[in-house]
Amino acid sequence: MRKLSYREALREGMSEEIERDENVVIMGEEVAQYNGAYKVTEGMWAKYGDKRIADTPISEAGFIGMGIGASMLGLRPVMELMFYSFAYVAWDQMINNASAIRYMSGGKINCPIVIRGPANGGTNVGATHSHTPENAIANVPGLKVVCPATAYDAKGLIKSAIRDNDPVYFMENTLLYGEMGEVPEEEYLVPIGKADVKREGKDLTIISHGRCVILALKAAELLQAEHDLEVEVVDLRSIRPLDEEAILESVRKTHRALVVEENKPFCGVGAQISHLIQSRAFDDLDAPIKRLSAIDAPAIYSDPLEKIQIPNVDRIVRAALNVG
Amino acid sequence: MFKMPTLDVKTKDTKKSADVAVVNSVHANAPVNKALKSEDKIRLLRDMIRIRRFEERSMKSYAQENKIGGFLHLYIGQEAVAVGSISVCGKHDHVITTYRDHGHALAVGMGMDECMAELYGKATGCSKGKGGSMHFFAPDKNFWGGHGIVGGQTPLGLGLAYYQKYKGLKGSCLCYLGDGAVNQGAFHESLNLASLWSIPVIYIIENNGYSMGTSEARSSAFRESLAKRAEGYDMDWDVCMGHDIYEVRAKIKEALDRAHEDSRPTLLEIDTYRYEGHSVADANRKKYRSPEEIENYKQTKDPIQLFKKRLISEGVLTEEAYEVIDQEAKAEANASAAFADASPWPAPESMMEDIYWEVDHGRTSQGTLFFNDEE
Repeated sequence: MRKLSYREALREGMSEEIERDENVVIMGEEVAQYNGAYKVTEGMWAKYGDKRIADTPISEAGFIGMGIGASMLGLRPVMELMFYSFAYVAWDQMINNASAIRYMSGGKINCPIVIRGPANGGTNVGATHSHTPENAIANVPGLKVVCPATAYDAKGLIKSAIRDNDPVYFMENTLLYGEMGEVPEEEYLVPIGKADVKREGKDLTIISHGRCVILALKAAELLQAEHDLEVEVVDLRSIRPLDEEAILESVRKTHRALVVEENKPFCGVGAQISHLIQSRAFDDLDAPIKRLSAIDAPAIYSDPLEKIQIPNVDRIVRAALNVG
Repeated sequence: MFKMPTLDVKTKDTKKSADVAVVNSVHANAPVNKALKSEDKIRLLRDMIRIRRFEERSMKSYAQENKIGGFLHLYIGQEAVAVGSISVCGKHDHVITTYRDHGHALAVGMGMDECMAELYGKATGCSKGKGGSMHFFAPDKNFWGGHGIVGGQTPLGLGLAYYQKYKGLKGSCLCYLGDGAVNQGAFHESLNLASLWSIPVIYIIENNGYSMGTSEARSSAFRESLAKRAEGYDMDWDVCMGHDIYEVRAKIKEALDRAHEDSRPTLLEIDTYRYEGHSVADANRKKYRSPEEIENYKQTKDPIQLFKKRLISEGVLTEEAYEVIDQEAKAEANASAAFADASPWPAPESMMEDIYWEVDHGRTSQGTLFFNDEE
């Protein structure tokens, strides 16, 4: 099968939706003439023009709110945040307006917007550009949170997100944009809310999302080779909706669970998953659930320290071996 | 030490006599007003009266009968702004406003029953009891709320207008805000985008003089005119007297023409006044301004009384006809309170409806959507 990079897969998914539906527009800072700060939208402005691919001023509250308003009438804007850390500048629009408009109107108004961009640390840019807000956003009813780990999932999920009638906050990873993966030529969708078992095993379940899935898969290979452990890796793909059954099914098989995430530990996604497992699969567990998160400090700038602050393969292997 | 403006009672000059000016309004000769038939004029008056009587009844339900809780931001005194401006709108002109939204809701044609029931938190409310006073919506009438955060609706209004431009429609969005919202960042971002992208949005500052309990003098550095801020964004702007419904209509028509013909935005500041507190729960509503200030406005600039006099002078209305309209409005408001009172509360299971489209439509994704543990 042909291989595409994660960014090419995203671009192909968005391009297909642009061509399929005249209501799809892409907006954001530097998405058009500059070809995207991370080149995700490269070439799209030249191909689709000003109306479909629009450069905005640096004005997140303004243009994200504008997209939300336009989506209420049926446009399907795909808004790029250059970094998901900039969501906080548009927080009132993203949290107050997009999440609650359907509810507060008694179901009369929909908000089919996608807000996408990289949400990760590990790039040596310090605390203001390294936030992972998937836990905070998933805390808000009315919103969906998607975190693809592979090129295949990135394309299939962005297409589903654009077609979704509710706000989908789509979190990518700058360290994954260049990663190659198999992407079929023919059209496909990946449903939002369905986890994917990326590796099967019988001794331990690692539950993860985003780039940590890739790290977990590498750790699983090492654990197999060096410790004869068969690790199952469950990729959540979306945090909300959460595929609870996929998590429980795997844990009931392996009887051990390790949750790996780049989120900070306090009220992180792993806290929710741990609660889910202990409340619904407690009797299936042979050992306490373990969590591995970023170390609980603002994202540090200094490169060698940042590399150990967020999960890496070594930390995952050690955590896996420490599951009782 | 910093010198801050002190609490300034009587900051709003409500004394200028407007009575004669409105009865002789030059704006009556604006084409948009000359085109009004007698029944159109009566309807404008009736719509203003209905808003006032509805809100007076809701205040009674809140304060005397304890049927309404939370916030209740009343529009009494400002009726000519919503009724006048919305009366000029066409098929592709949309409306979005602040939490002081009852007047706009009734002006676009929402019914008193569904509005009052929403205030009561009942299942028959326009939002099924999920929105409350600040969150009325009627997208079938081009009305997009009803928004609780000061200035938070200003980018949404931009998006509603952007849609008209994107689709090539001769449309616009009337986006209302208060004088307190002019200092919010989202509003300034919206002004910049509106002008930069030539979006047919009309921002209407309903300047009632007070952002909650803080006067304009204590909140805005540049006070010559709030609307003049538009010059910083290369945008057309104007000011308007909100007690003269003819002037409101004339100025809105100019802005609508600019939106429809040139796809250009407008910032329009309409001078108006609210008689009640910021909300019914505004404990200090008689402390940050004097009772005389309120009384002066009521005596000289009440938009309903001025338009009533105008229509009598035009020979369109009689005192007797006015009384009939007023009694009908009171009866309609009382009936809406009875309707709301008799309506059922929302069923507990309805709490989990209207959150996600796919859940409501039975086409769920394969995951579950909520984290609500069974007890």
